[in-house]
Amino acid sequence: MSNVIVQPSSTRPRKYNVIGTRPVRHDGVDKVTGKAIYAADLSLPNMAQGAYLRSPHAHARIISIDTSQAEAMPGVLAVATSADLPDPWDKTEELGEGCINYAHLSGNVLARKKALYRGHAVAAVAATDIHTAQQAARQIKVEYEVLPAVTWVLDAMEEDAPLLHDNLFTQTLGEKPTKPSNIGQHIHFEQGDIEQGFAEADVVIEREYRTETVHQGYIEPHASVALWNEDGRLKIWTATQGSFTVRQQLAELLKIPVSKITVVPCEIGGGFGGKIAVYEPPVAAVLSRKCGRPVKLAMRRDEVFEGTGPTPGSFMRVKMGATKEGRLTAAKAWLAYDAGAFPGGMIGPGSMCVFSCYDIPNATVDGYDVVLNKPKTQAYRAPGATQAALATETVIDEIAVELGIDPVDFRLQNAAKEGTRRVDGPTYPRIGLVETLQALKESEHWNSPLEGPNRGRGVACGFWFNAGLKSSAAANVNDDGTVTLVEGSPDIGGTRTSLAMQLAETLGIAAEEVHPQVVDTDSVGYTDVTGGSRVTFSTGLAAHKAALDIQDQMIKRAAELWECQPDDIQVDAGTYGYNDHKQTFKELAVELSSTGEAIVGRAAVNPQGSTNAFSANIVDVEVDPETGKVKILRFTTAQDAGKAIHPSYVEGQMQGGSVQGIGWALNEEYFYDDRGAMKNASFLDYRMPTSYDVPMIETIIVEVPNPDHPFGVRGVGEVSIVPPPAAITNAIHQATGLRMHHLPISPPRLHQAIAERNGQ
Amino acid sequence: MSSPQHTNTPAQKHSSTRTLQHTTALQRGNEERFVTEKIHVSTTINGEAVEFLCDARQSLLELLRDGLSLTGCKEGCNNGNCGACTVMMNHLPVNSCCVLAVEAEDAEIETVEGIAAQGQLHPVQQCFLQGAALQCGICTPGFIVTVKALLEQNPHPTEQEIRFALAGNLCRCTGYDKIIRSVQAAAEILQEAKS
Amino acid sequence: MATIFIPAPLQDLTGGLAEVELEAVSLGEVIARLEARFPGIKDRLCDDDQLSPALQASINHVMTRQMRAEVGPDSEVHFLPAIGGG
Repeated sequence: MSNVIVQPSSTRPRKYNVIGTRPVRHDGVDKVTGKAIYAADLSLPNMAQGAYLRSPHAHARIISIDTSQAEAMPGVLAVATSADLPDPWDKTEELGEGCINYAHLSGNVLARKKALYRGHAVAAVAATDIHTAQQAARQIKVEYEVLPAVTWVLDAMEEDAPLLHDNLFTQTLGEKPTKPSNIGQHIHFEQGDIEQGFAEADVVIEREYRTETVHQGYIEPHASVALWNEDGRLKIWTATQGSFTVRQQLAELLKIPVSKITVVPCEIGGGFGGKIAVYEPPVAAVLSRKCGRPVKLAMRRDEVFEGTGPTPGSFMRVKMGATKEGRLTAAKAWLAYDAGAFPGGMIGPGSMCVFSCYDIPNATVDGYDVVLNKPKTQAYRAPGATQAALATETVIDEIAVELGIDPVDFRLQNAAKEGTRRVDGPTYPRIGLVETLQALKESEHWNSPLEGPNRGRGVACGFWFNAGLKSSAAANVNDDGTVTLVEGSPDIGGTRTSLAMQLAETLGIAAEEVHPQVVDTDSVGYTDVTGGSRVTFSTGLAAHKAALDIQDQMIKRAAELWECQPDDIQVDAGTYGYNDHKQTFKELAVELSSTGEAIVGRAAVNPQGSTNAFSANIVDVEVDPETGKVKILRFTTAQDAGKAIHPSYVEGQMQGGSVQGIGWALNEEYFYDDRGAMKNASFLDYRMPTSYDVPMIETIIVEVPNPDHPFGVRGVGEVSIVPPPAAITNAIHQATGLRMHHLPISPPRLHQAIAERNGQ
Repeated sequence: MSSPQHTNTPAQKHSSTRTLQHTTALQRGNEERFVTEKIHVSTTINGEAVEFLCDARQSLLELLRDGLSLTGCKEGCNNGNCGACTVMMNHLPVNSCCVLAVEAEDAEIETVEGIAAQGQLHPVQQCFLQGAALQCGICTPGFIVTVKALLEQNPHPTEQEIRFALAGNLCRCTGYDKIIRSVQAAAEILQEAKS
Repeated sequence: MATIFIPAPLQDLTGGLAEVELEAVSLGEVIARLEARFPGIKDRLCDDDQLSPALQASINHVMTRQMRAEVGPDSEVHFLPAIGGG
């Protein structure tokens, strides 16, 4: 069992002093002693507590809302409904990471006219304490006209399906439709000649798949404290992946200028894509304005499950063909993903990722974004890619078995590489899929036999784009020679330290000599969300450039001090030298602090490319044929990190994503009853992996440096979740002989499949 | 799965007359009464004698966080499934969301805030830091408390025993690998300190 | 000349052409030139004068939604769905 780092011989690794080491994270002590402040921990003087009222129906017209009884209760300070939000703009805007329609967002925050899913927020109360607020919420009388609900994606696509929105027309690049439907978007890609491609194939496999809705499952429920002051300024302390994104959404939803809003990102207890769109911040804001006090609005766990973004369930049909020599000739995908109650789900990236690991000359992809009576779906770690990889990677496995080719070799033979044209069009720059598969093939795990009954081994690979986007940073040189790094990326997984390390490497100081701070929206330049695996890459680039800015200023000031030209000064690993002068960064900083103005570095960046991450897994399972329970015996994940800045936290991303993938594969799902009500909105019944369910997760960090980053960083956060469900499904096939096509492969589902196969 | 390390058995002693009266009120569904009347509780938290007034319906978690500003214990689910609110009660880890505040009467409570002594981190905390056993950190206080309790009871746990003991604490970020390794490291350090 | 890849659903407007070569220095100019040759195409790609929010453009691996994004003589331009990340 091991964690290893592989630097392929095709790359020329550089030597670093700080990068690649494993310092203790800067915010660590606060977090192990319980001092770190998360949004729900915050308490302001005279603060009121808020509570929601939510729809008990999956689909219902709201006839009337009577708040009078609630308002009359002692201790109740304010009640809010959608009538308290301005009429929303019907405009769609890009929020850095995907786009958002404000009419939809506003209607999701507090239902207008119709409740579109069970758990849809309808009203909220602020009171002097939480119990009064909850009791008062129950006293709000809502008259509903219950409508037929639809919760399965294929049902929602039917002509006669209950229609969620009478103004939703399918977005397509083709002819605009004239009739509304539940299909929000149709995506279509073509490459080569699909019929010719299948005609050339010796083996063609086509399979259908179904995956259920799953939740990001962050342990911290959504929470905000809002203070909308009498001077019109609004300040929000919140749990968010993007403080500037919250500011922008609030400005649009409340129709006030961004300059009136300050968003303070508290420590955040997990997000995985689920804490980008706002839920409670605008509601807390309206309550605060109405009662003139700060208001805390925190969700309960069942509200998180029923009222916030899960990620799409799906129906997929994938067909692939290969020659008997093992060359893929053609592929075809038909994908329908839940969008939830409003359009704009994960079908775009799903369609782009479905064949992105392979060089396939002839292919078509059709993708459908479908609204239905479930909560609006949100991103979840490589959004849309995991479902698609299940389909592709299990068909690939079936073809490899059919052709009698080793599954890793078959993937290597067809793997995308620099210059490969993806089905959606673009060609790849330098990528590391081949090196990642090679590392897997050479691993001790792959070369160890797996023996015993009911056991099987599976492999799979996966792709995720990763984003660049806007980041800003400032760095202040202190008079003791340390540096304070000021940045705006909420730190979910140790990014303060990965950024501090890049600054330290550039300046030639230690990571511990940098003090990184995540600050509010008034205190740093615009920074996009912590998402798209972008922080260590993009905000890291900003930290590096801020360090170069400091270095330039240090050189100029040293030149004045030493009476030479800036060009005469040599900088080497943090030592500044000219003739007999030789000073470390720290010595020079101490001297300069007493001889002139402060040294402040700054940088704002906006890299636009994707950094292209690939991951591959080997998993060994044992199936209990009596119960259908699958035990993970051994798990190895290999991933191209470009360059691992802090290897422990890169491994952490790989291990965490792997275990989320294991949960998605084996247990996690939303259960709905026939009225569209979720039946398992708790951590007891929505079964996420515990420590007892999984083994150690072995990691192989592959370093194929990204040419578009000074240290070669690729994003590492997301791609690790993509291969596990497919790898596990392939392992279950080897263990049982059964091809499973429905996630999760929970004990009842596998038990039934085994029984049916055995003719019982 | 639930772990035998966790128990929500009420503390043995909470026999003040007032508490009993209010239990009766709770059974009658007399909401108004336990809203209006506060109950006095004397307890020990992190070695200090503490007195507080609470509603009968308030959980220990709510009281610790909102009443006493001990926000190190977190609310992840409020029904005993995630372990983020774990505290020690009479030397056993409990989900404080499933304990009533009134049950703290005469009990000894230890929260994450009490684990580091006078500026010195506990070896479990130190090992979590060095082993990168946390990412977002929201579950960390609950883990630290549960691990400390485990190692006091079983100084040489096997990997399976550690996994079993921690199964009541959910972590969504780490995949548990680095947590388990950090517990193993802490067990070794504590053992060395003893010998 | 830059190479513009025409998404399959738009090829009804280009008479089946999947790739179009044209001179342009920016994404905005690419769309204007396409519109001049294939009337109606801009309406399918844009909302008012901006790229539709559901779309992004890829110019030599660089994803952008800026109409002033630079297009070089050897650039490849693709129109793709916009993506979010977790």
